[in-house]
Amino acid sequence: MKVRTRGHLLISVAGVLGILGATTLATGQVAPVSPPSDTDMATSLRLSPSQYKLAITDVFGESIRVDGRFEPEMRDQGMLAIGARTENMTDSSLETYDNIARAVAAQVVDERHRAGFVGCKPRSDAGRDDACAYAFFSRVGALLYRRPLTTGEIEGRASAAGAEADKLHNFYSGLRLSLAEMMVSPQFLFRYKRMEADPTHPGQQRMNAYDKASTLSFFLWNSTPDPELTRAAASGELNTNDGLKRQVDRMVDSARVASGVRAFFADMLVFSDFDAVSKDPNFFPRYTLSIKDQAQEQTLRTIIDHVVGRHGDYRDLFTTPNTFLTKDLASLYAVPFIDATANGQQQRWLPHTYPADDPRGGILSQASFTTLWSPSGRTSPTVRGKALRQNILCQRVPAPPGNVDFKFVEDISNPKYKTTRDRLTAHRSEAMCAGCHKITDPLGLALENFDSAGGFRSTENGVRIDASGETNGTMFDGPLGLAKVVHDDPAATACVAERMFAFETGYLPPKTESGWKQIESKFAASRYDVLELMRQIALSDLSYRSPNTKPAPARNQ
Amino acid sequence: MNSKIKTLTRRRLLRGAVAGGAVTVGLPILDCVLNNKGTAFADGAPLPQRFAAWFWPLGVGEEDWRPAGTGKEFEWPWRFGPIKSFRERTNLYSGSQVNLDGSANQTHFTGVQGYYTGAVTSSGDYFNSTDIIIANTIGARNRFRSLSVACDGDAKSSWTASAGGKIPDEVSPVALYKRIFGAEFTDPNAATFVPDAETMSRRSVLSGVTDERAALEKSLGAADRQKLDYYFTSLRALEQKLDIQLQKPAPLQACVKPKENDDDGHAVGLISDAMTRHDLFCDLFAMALACDQTRVVSIDITQGMTGLRRDGDPTSHHSYTHEEQIDPALGYQAKVAWFQQQYMQGLYNYATKLDAIKEGDGSLLDHMILFAHTCHGSPRLHSLRNYPFATIGNGGGRIKTGMHVATPGDAATRITLTMQLAMGVPVSTWGTGSNRVTTPISGVLV
Repeated sequence: MKVRTRGHLLISVAGVLGILGATTLATGQVAPVSPPSDTDMATSLRLSPSQYKLAITDVFGESIRVDGRFEPEMRDQGMLAIGARTENMTDSSLETYDNIARAVAAQVVDERHRAGFVGCKPRSDAGRDDACAYAFFSRVGALLYRRPLTTGEIEGRASAAGAEADKLHNFYSGLRLSLAEMMVSPQFLFRYKRMEADPTHPGQQRMNAYDKASTLSFFLWNSTPDPELTRAAASGELNTNDGLKRQVDRMVDSARVASGVRAFFADMLVFSDFDAVSKDPNFFPRYTLSIKDQAQEQTLRTIIDHVVGRHGDYRDLFTTPNTFLTKDLASLYAVPFIDATANGQQQRWLPHTYPADDPRGGILSQASFTTLWSPSGRTSPTVRGKALRQNILCQRVPAPPGNVDFKFVEDISNPKYKTTRDRLTAHRSEAMCAGCHKITDPLGLALENFDSAGGFRSTENGVRIDASGETNGTMFDGPLGLAKVVHDDPAATACVAERMFAFETGYLPPKTESGWKQIESKFAASRYDVLELMRQIALSDLSYRSPNTKPAPARNQ
Repeated sequence: MNSKIKTLTRRRLLRGAVAGGAVTVGLPILDCVLNNKGTAFADGAPLPQRFAAWFWPLGVGEEDWRPAGTGKEFEWPWRFGPIKSFRERTNLYSGSQVNLDGSANQTHFTGVQGYYTGAVTSSGDYFNSTDIIIANTIGARNRFRSLSVACDGDAKSSWTASAGGKIPDEVSPVALYKRIFGAEFTDPNAATFVPDAETMSRRSVLSGVTDERAALEKSLGAADRQKLDYYFTSLRALEQKLDIQLQKPAPLQACVKPKENDDDGHAVGLISDAMTRHDLFCDLFAMALACDQTRVVSIDITQGMTGLRRDGDPTSHHSYTHEEQIDPALGYQAKVAWFQQQYMQGLYNYATKLDAIKEGDGSLLDHMILFAHTCHGSPRLHSLRNYPFATIGNGGGRIKTGMHVATPGDAATRITLTMQLAMGVPVSTWGTGSNRVTTPISGVLV
């Protein structure tokens, strides 16, 4: 397998873009499009911050930094990827993009980089050179917009750059301003899914090949299409089943698929909420700002190793004894950990395998779950149980009723109620509270061996923690018991499949359609290999169909 | 002539001279921009109105905060003790409620959704908050139409939303400082003004994005075209911001660039940390208003399900509202009350900072409304009844103050309608279902 090293496309893709320029730019034509319907849902997706950064790195290389803070993403129906479709641009967000774009553009044309990126030398540095600017924007524009630009579009950019170059008496200033403007354009910030008439199936529509390439690339690699994928779009190969399969197989087999897997699980596991997590240093001195990052990294490393490295069964993520630890994390989990080569570094990652009966195994016992879903001072089994239901099993937990009288609720000063379990049990004696708390609490109570900051504990206020529970008639005990329950729950695999589809498309799958059932059954047949799930979703017509069109009648096979 | 506004300090003169480079220092323009009474610009235009929303979590108490007596004659409730010194410029509002009309009550959300956006829905929709409706009327010509911040490090604590949806809060005082008072800030009192060539060029090239619009629109469905509309609304805001930066600003006597700070907006768990950050935001907002960078600002201390704690105590304010027994001697939850008093102290600090900025014949606070709102009536029950609201300031003479306004059983939307009307929003009906109101609270608007 050939793996492309992370270099910049601006130089490596020149050959492909030359082909595009010859075939498409000469005509200035864009593909015909369907008329919009009046009762549809948006399908465009805003680039996530990680996609934006990877795309810039892929276009310009790692020496170009993406500095500045992005406005926080909004989550919808459990996924940021759905929020990327449903949320609208705000004034402050566009202002942020403008700041970031100007900083990137300034680097691209600075004295250190201009020779490599601009690709031609202007007649004079002190004014316009439209031919040189045209050449620059025809290459860069195609990479940023993920499709070849029309002649008019390139001329517009070159002309704007020329006008400002004359005003500012600097060719590169003009280039910089015009480049920054491209990077605040919706055509860079949003991925569009444009439909066009399908010449091979009259009366039907298909997704524009360049948009299809972007869909694939951001789904599987979390970044912009590479030259080979762009070539397949330009040549029409991507419109054929064989051509699509070749590209999907190539991309799933590439080491870069780890970027897609990483981005997906960071989204599904709600890691964006770590921004709002803090723990009291008086109670949890080991929980530092760095631990927040390490907690997420531990889980992502565990997942990448299991899913990409081992092609492991998704369900085993909840029980796997294999993980990676730093000294800091080992200390948090009270795990004996000797790093003879660390040389004093706190964050060196080493693989670690727990004994088979160790309660720290599986991703639910990791600090990325137990600390994210705990208030800052103490644990809340309700919050953990609710998070598990909603984010791992895709189950809805009803909101608490209003105007509840909490006179029977937990009394932390009452000597009868020493542990969280005692207090919650008292709370569940209230009929109106019992319904929901029975759904959430038994799952969360099984993780009581992990305090609010993820530290392992066996007692609370001097009393041994009882981490037993029952759900759907199944009795279990402690984190390992819970892990087994989640492992065996069919909702877990259905949930990851559903969220994976949403990660690609920005909406939930049509679960009653045969196409979706096929994906689910192939996922099961692969023994829940997540890469196989991604491959099947990437190959499915569901991914490239407009959600606004009714499914086409089944074709004769 | 008002003596307060003719003072031109040597420091101010020098700063203008230095900022402008080699300049000629002309007449002290500050003397001539206001009318004789200091209540309006010399050309007759009124001083700008401003609106500041301020959200604190979990109300103030059970029934014990409702003042005895109404109108001007009432006993000041101890729950609002910290702002008592502003009594003559404050209104306390009691008794109103949010009506569910059969929708589910999502605690900490539905109440605010109801009175602040006018619509209660089970879907969690949240569009067009009162602060943005007001900003669309009074803030449309400013560098920032509105600004909103959260003090807990969580951008999702925002209650601000446009027609396009929620607008995340800024969480970092450093970032807010840079956004308002960074390199793009123009001192309105500088003696000279030279439009920035780079800004002119930025403004010029942005039209290229608009040039692409028609071709892009043709390829999109109706929903994506609407989404694109929101994008272009924001693009116009960016263009307008640049346009404003290219114009010489009117002098503003009270505008002084505030001090920089080093708070990066990290998540905080202690109420003391959140309130320290709160005060930083108050300083920045007070000066953003004084410098007319914006006319609408919002502070959200933290979400209703707040995790803020007292130092040394692992239990959060929110947990205490559920868990703390009512003290039989006091008749209320003592620990919960302590948190609520911290927030009210913050409100006092904010009002004091706004009042310290002299403007015309009074203070900045006199030309604005500081609107304090919360997510629940009774904190212990998380109720949607008997909401406590407070306003400080008369909005430049638009509302009467010094009153306890009791509207038992009335829709809380009547209060937000009153705020909108006080700020000049042309609105005749507000809200949906039984939260729909057509008239403001009687006796409040001037």
